[in-house]
Amino acid sequence: MADPTADPSPDARDDLLRELVAHLRNNRTELRQDWARRIGEAQLLTALTEEEIFSEATSVYDNYVEVLETGSVEALRGYARNLSERIIPRGVETDEVLGIVLLLRDVLSRSLFKKYPDDIFRVLDVYEPAANRIANTVAINFVTERERVIRQQQEAIRELSTPVLQVRERLLILPIIGVLDGQRARQLTEQLLRGIRTNRARVVVIDITGVPAIDSTVANHLVQTVDASRLMGASVIITGLSSEIAQTLVTLGVDLSKVNAVGDLQGGIEEAERLLGYTVISGAVTSEKAEDRG
Amino acid sequence: MAVPILKQGPFLIASIQSALTDTDVLQLRDDVMAQVTRHRSRGIIVDVTSLDVMDSFVSRSLQGIARMTRLRGAETVIVGIQPEVAFAMVQLGMSFEDVQTALDLEEGLALLEAGFGGT
Repeated sequence: MADPTADPSPDARDDLLRELVAHLRNNRTELRQDWARRIGEAQLLTALTEEEIFSEATSVYDNYVEVLETGSVEALRGYARNLSERIIPRGVETDEVLGIVLLLRDVLSRSLFKKYPDDIFRVLDVYEPAANRIANTVAINFVTERERVIRQQQEAIRELSTPVLQVRERLLILPIIGVLDGQRARQLTEQLLRGIRTNRARVVVIDITGVPAIDSTVANHLVQTVDASRLMGASVIITGLSSEIAQTLVTLGVDLSKVNAVGDLQGGIEEAERLLGYTVISGAVTSEKAEDRG
Repeated sequence: MAVPILKQGPFLIASIQSALTDTDVLQLRDDVMAQVTRHRSRGIIVDVTSLDVMDSFVSRSLQGIARMTRLRGAETVIVGIQPEVAFAMVQLGMSFEDVQTALDLEEGLALLEAGFGGT
């Protein structure tokens, strides 16, 4: 048996590594199946079908062996990023990805230990650093990709969250859905004031039907937004204040005396049309009247 | 830099071109009062479109001008407050409660004409 403490020469190491890689290549089918079976047993990657798991397993396996052979993780990095891109939308979690990579490591080391029962330490020396680097690369790429997706979604939510819509000449509507926090309220103000300038709005209806709750900071911010809009020559109508929010605001003592509030969006638009001097007349009614007269 | 004051029918238009020093602001106030008296104007528009910053002194002085001209029977409309300026003013507690505001010069004129032109 080889002395575990002896430092093997680089040549011997390379030879051993080549042998290990050859062994893993030769037993590819068997080891791959073993791995896929253990993934199934551990209930990992349940979001993917069995065929998908097997085909991904094949690619990961080949990449894995290649990294062992060349020591370069470049190709693996690209593959890991690509894989993450495909499986993140399917709902695969970080622990699953780490789990399968560690499983593969386990499967391969078992096989190697079985083949070289007398050389375990040397095999370990050659195999472990590469295997660790692989697990590291895959995990980092997966997490990086996830963070990128999360950032992208946050960006999308931010952009979608405060649309400024023009309904009529000089009339804007801001429907707000979801919780209003400080940052969103600031963004809302910014977009509203900019919208007033670009659309030359004279009346703005802010509809907060979809806002479940409001705190005093956000409420005061809304009041300030109303004031700032007035400085730009636009009147603001707030609609859809739920009874809960109304109670909260009164209890908190927010000064709402300057705010023009109307019960629902329809009422708000009607009020806005009145301010703008529009009169809405149903076409059917007018033609009936015309017939009566005729 | 002095602010030019133009006469447009029964109204005066003071268009601020660049950042104002405190002296400029006081000068503007005196000029507006003198012109209102001379032309017997019924409305004044102060255009602040080119101001990126409006400090408390300028705001307070503009409010003062509005109150003074009202005593001479002329309504003042401040036009062209930029979005950032508007919000900054509100946060500083200067929300021009008793002063008319409008989006731009055109709107301001329309406002004055609607309120005072016909009478």
